[in-house]
Amino acid sequence: MRDVAVVGFAQRQMEEFDGSPTCVELLVPLFAECYEQTGWTRRDIGFWCSGSSDYLAGRSFSFVQAVDAIGVIPPVNESHVEMDAAWALYEAWLKIQTGEVDTALVYGFGKSSAGVLRRTLSLQLDPYTMTPLWPDTVSLAGLQARAGIDAGLWDERAMAEVANRSLTDAEKNEYAIRKGGSSVEELLARPMYADPLRKHDCAPVTDGAAAIVLAAGDRAREVCDRPAWITGISHYVDPISMGTRDLTRSPSAARAAAAAGTEGVEVAELHAPFSHQELVLKRELGLADDVVVNPSGGALAGNPMFTGGLIRFGEAAKKVWQGDASRVLGHATSGPALQQNIVCTMEGRN
Amino acid sequence: MSRTLSAPVTVAFDYTRSTGPVLGRFLTGLREKRVVGVRTSEGRVVVPPPEFDPVTHQQVDDFVEVADTGTVTSWTWVPEPVKGQPLARPFAFALVTLDGADAPMVHALDVSSPDQVRTGMRVRIRWAEERVGAITDIACFEPAEDAAAGTATQLGDLGDNPVTGVITPVELDYLYAASPEESSFYRAIAEGRIIGQRCPTCGKVYVPPRSACPADGTPTTDEVELSHTGTVTTFCIVNVPFLGQRITPPYVSAYVLLDGADIAFLHLILDIPAEEVRMGMRVKAVWKPREEWGTTIENISHFSPTGEPDADYDTYKHHL
Repeated sequence: MRDVAVVGFAQRQMEEFDGSPTCVELLVPLFAECYEQTGWTRRDIGFWCSGSSDYLAGRSFSFVQAVDAIGVIPPVNESHVEMDAAWALYEAWLKIQTGEVDTALVYGFGKSSAGVLRRTLSLQLDPYTMTPLWPDTVSLAGLQARAGIDAGLWDERAMAEVANRSLTDAEKNEYAIRKGGSSVEELLARPMYADPLRKHDCAPVTDGAAAIVLAAGDRAREVCDRPAWITGISHYVDPISMGTRDLTRSPSAARAAAAAGTEGVEVAELHAPFSHQELVLKRELGLADDVVVNPSGGALAGNPMFTGGLIRFGEAAKKVWQGDASRVLGHATSGPALQQNIVCTMEGRN
Repeated sequence: MSRTLSAPVTVAFDYTRSTGPVLGRFLTGLREKRVVGVRTSEGRVVVPPPEFDPVTHQQVDDFVEVADTGTVTSWTWVPEPVKGQPLARPFAFALVTLDGADAPMVHALDVSSPDQVRTGMRVRIRWAEERVGAITDIACFEPAEDAAAGTATQLGDLGDNPVTGVITPVELDYLYAASPEESSFYRAIAEGRIIGQRCPTCGKVYVPPRSACPADGTPTTDEVELSHTGTVTTFCIVNVPFLGQRITPPYVSAYVLLDGADIAFLHLILDIPAEEVRMGMRVKAVWKPREEWGTTIENISHFSPTGEPDADYDTYKHHL
């Protein structure tokens, strides 16, 4: 295996992006930040891979338009996934493993506010037995939250504790769009929204974009004092049916974590768009109590579709660059109620 | 004034899908007010039936019929229903394990407040009055506290008119925003002007302007007002009628390279027989009457020949 590291990261998050859903305008300054961090130009990037969806953009081939932000004369080596860009990062990591390229820039973008996000996401469900009912994302998460409450695995207080810690940590995150913790009591006193979920249990609808730069071996060492070397990356998927799996568990997350190897992790950035999902993930990933979870505030502070996961990877890598941690973990999820999961562990080396 | 122009856009499509034998049985059953499940290799009865066994991966064939009564195993309140959901007023989505089944299914439960739902409550299917062989043949569940427990029985005959396909209409509403550069373009068009933007790196002029030069990724910043005359670089004669067509075929769609621009854009060539349109032909924009103008490219009705001599191939060969 080639040694591959995260050496660049840039992001933008906002409640409502006043611009085209192709997001070219958002991506240009993000790429510029990545070039500045690495000292590279676009010609130093061996492979480009994006994560986005036409269902969010409301137009076809929106990812092709986004390529304008790269500039493609001479032509570039480029690919796309209709998933969170964390999976685009997986593809880029594989591409580097093949030896064909040494560097990659991974990006994602999405203007969730252009439509009704929780409704649009019904289209990722079973088209015969689910989509015609338009079960929205919040409702499916609510069914999962209730299942855990009924089983005695967590309660509303435990969910509020996750939200309070996230919103408190988010105060230090300039990109967070929801921030400001108070107290568990105060959060519990707020009204129910989608019983058993309160609004702070649900990630805010977020527009945004993000980019991560990967590099192999010496190319990484040339541009970064302390690269975040990828020590394991793996993804798995559970059945899409809500009825045939135990909603309080996430076997795919557990398998991804086992394959990536989570030993010694000090900081974990978990992509949990609903507060109870962080509790599921902590259990499935086998994280010890002293692991710092979501110091960025996590998805409850901002969750741009198609980058909410990639941003977790970037936030975790930053902890290595800054010397705050030696072993970190980034996680991303996709699909209904934690159906698909990817785990990436990274480490700093002295 | 907002930085960008935006407009509502609805994207709609009727997805037509074949059902295959397993989902076909399930949907045929619903049409007949019967609920079809399948017994898996582990002996569990699952509704709706999976097409393949989750453990052996063999195609399933042990079909059973379960009751239309069941028990709520989880639920969530839906305070603000979205378009297309089974009920337009607040309701609960629930996981319901039907009597005779071992796994729950997702559907709506018609209750007027979250106080009226609890895990473990007994419910019954409310059938849609008109049933077509779709999951929506179940209108929703309704409370049925007194419902006796039902069981699974071997599936009997479903008749000789099986459901073989479903049509699922999908409609998504967006507020679609133009980019700031496109917005400037449309605002200028509303004043009878055509503007493009020049890339500061390579000097190319794009019309309509783009957020970044597609050649080198640099934001295009310098606004350029363009001529209303140009050259046909390439064209096609439209002979095929299609839904929503406004002009009777044959007519010509062409790429017009406006003088001073580096990218041609698509428009109609009229006022000349289709067979006489040619590459290099010089054309000018014909605007609709001013009172009909809006922030739309349709302010230009079409392009019409100027009568000038054709442009030399060399003047547009890099713009094809």
